[in-house]
Amino acid sequence: MKILVCIKQVPQKDAPLRLNEAGTWIRDDVSWETNEPDAYALEEALRQKEKHGGEVAAITAGPARAQQVLREALAKGADRAIHLEDDRFAQMDAANTARAIAAAIAGENFDLIVTGLQSDDFGAAQTGVLLAEILGVPHATIIIGIEKTDAGLKLKRELEAGHYQHIEMTMPAVLTIQSGINKLRYATLIGIKQAKMKPMRKVTWAEVEGKLSKHVQKIERLYVPGSQKKTRKIEAPAGEAAKQVVEYLKNEARAI
Amino acid sequence: MADMILVVAEQREGKLNRASFETIAAAQAIAKETGWAVEVVLPGQGVAALAQELATKAVGKVYALEAEALKAYTSDAYVHALKAFIVEKQSKVVLFPHTYQVRDFAPRLALGLDRTLISDATGYKFEGGALKFTRQMFQGKFTADVSFGGDAPWMATVQIGAFRGDQAENGSAPVENVTAAVADAPARVTPHEVFQEAKQTVDLSQAEVIVAVGRGIKEQKNLALAENLAAVLGGEVAASRPICDNGWLPLERQIGSSGQTVAPKLYIALGVSGAIQHIVGMKGARTIVAVNKDPEAPIFEIADVAVVGDLFQVVPALTEEIKKAKGSQ
Repeated sequence: MKILVCIKQVPQKDAPLRLNEAGTWIRDDVSWETNEPDAYALEEALRQKEKHGGEVAAITAGPARAQQVLREALAKGADRAIHLEDDRFAQMDAANTARAIAAAIAGENFDLIVTGLQSDDFGAAQTGVLLAEILGVPHATIIIGIEKTDAGLKLKRELEAGHYQHIEMTMPAVLTIQSGINKLRYATLIGIKQAKMKPMRKVTWAEVEGKLSKHVQKIERLYVPGSQKKTRKIEAPAGEAAKQVVEYLKNEARAI
Repeated sequence: MADMILVVAEQREGKLNRASFETIAAAQAIAKETGWAVEVVLPGQGVAALAQELATKAVGKVYALEAEALKAYTSDAYVHALKAFIVEKQSKVVLFPHTYQVRDFAPRLALGLDRTLISDATGYKFEGGALKFTRQMFQGKFTADVSFGGDAPWMATVQIGAFRGDQAENGSAPVENVTAAVADAPARVTPHEVFQEAKQTVDLSQAEVIVAVGRGIKEQKNLALAENLAAVLGGEVAASRPICDNGWLPLERQIGSSGQTVAPKLYIALGVSGAIQHIVGMKGARTIVAVNKDPEAPIFEIADVAVVGDLFQVVPALTEEIKKAKGSQ
């Protein structure tokens, strides 16, 4: 199976984020990591390759710093990487990101494309679905089980509130992967060494610009949300904080 | 282009998804400001009775969009049918509830209409004749005002719980049956029955007190802290998704969009950052206490009491204090 995994670099989960001066995006000086659901998509791609043979390519769209997530993918076992490298990819909406990816892999004919179900930054949960539309192939979302069959794929989808569904579909296909579908591997020392020798293809803005749409969603303003409730903030040593919480629960909320 | 907001309602196996009413409430709110009409479409097969249920709300019309191909959901059939319907109706705005099913087909539908979809909107702004939506970004740490780059139809999905379904205005609307457009291409996707995994052993929706843990609990052995606190309160232990993904607690104890939705009297969140997917499952709790070391954790935005501190120190102290308080009653 020829598999592509789409990976995004996002701010680290615990990283304190600050707004830029224009209030339209975050400041870039934070720590970055692989978007967690994408890490599960990569793991699933590697497992499918180990079972059925073939190759795994990893792609990302982002500034120079985003190369790190590709290096990690190569170290874990991906065979090659594609980097859509430009600062402008960082704030791009899902539709144009999907268009850029489709342009970068034109003529590649992957059997299977996997990506995380959503990103920790935008959280739009759209890129994979849109990529399928652009490529003209079927897709399925929030996948927690993949089995290759003679006819194509047998998949387990997660639905809301503890419900599931099996579906079958033809290949080529695009799947968005739910966190927890598998157990993530760590990169080995040998893997990290070998990664340096693996091919990394750079794709410039100019190469895909013609495929992008001018109709993009625009973030007019980004701001810290106001509290939705009258929140009582307690910043005190543990013992004192505990007393204040119990006081509140007993006398005001009457919850205990 | 008709000055009309079209709500795409959702049903599965003879039942309406209640989030459909939340989206109707959102559409009614927008309609009040804009003066635009509200209409509802329900795709499926044999859904006339469910369409009647939607028609008890103050909307202009409800369409039952029916075809055999829409009986069991597939994204291909839904995209094909709704695309033709929206083109015909020329609606200015199309709103969906942000359900798993909508997430599966709505982006494709929008792109098929050469439009973009703003997903998981929590609110809207109508300024200078243009509609913008607000949505959370960076796991709820920021809110964004997002505008559409292009012309109508403007399409958006509405976050579960952002509008109150029970506050959708009542009325009486005519129901019109419409035969859905069906593609003549062979089906690429074969859906099977929807099922539930193992029988549930705990019903968190009935718990009066829930102590939930998130990533901040760090290690499985630290769960004992939460278990002790839950024990003195007579409550149940629950968790955000990553904890259940790690196998530290069974999936049936997971709170959020992919797990349980709860509304207990008291919800204590320990080391839960408050990502949207968790919040939608517990924001209905009457009293919310959150303990987190990050003063900017999004969970604090919906908390009644926000304890900024180290849960490993706060929780044992809290357990002792509650024991004392209960003992003195």
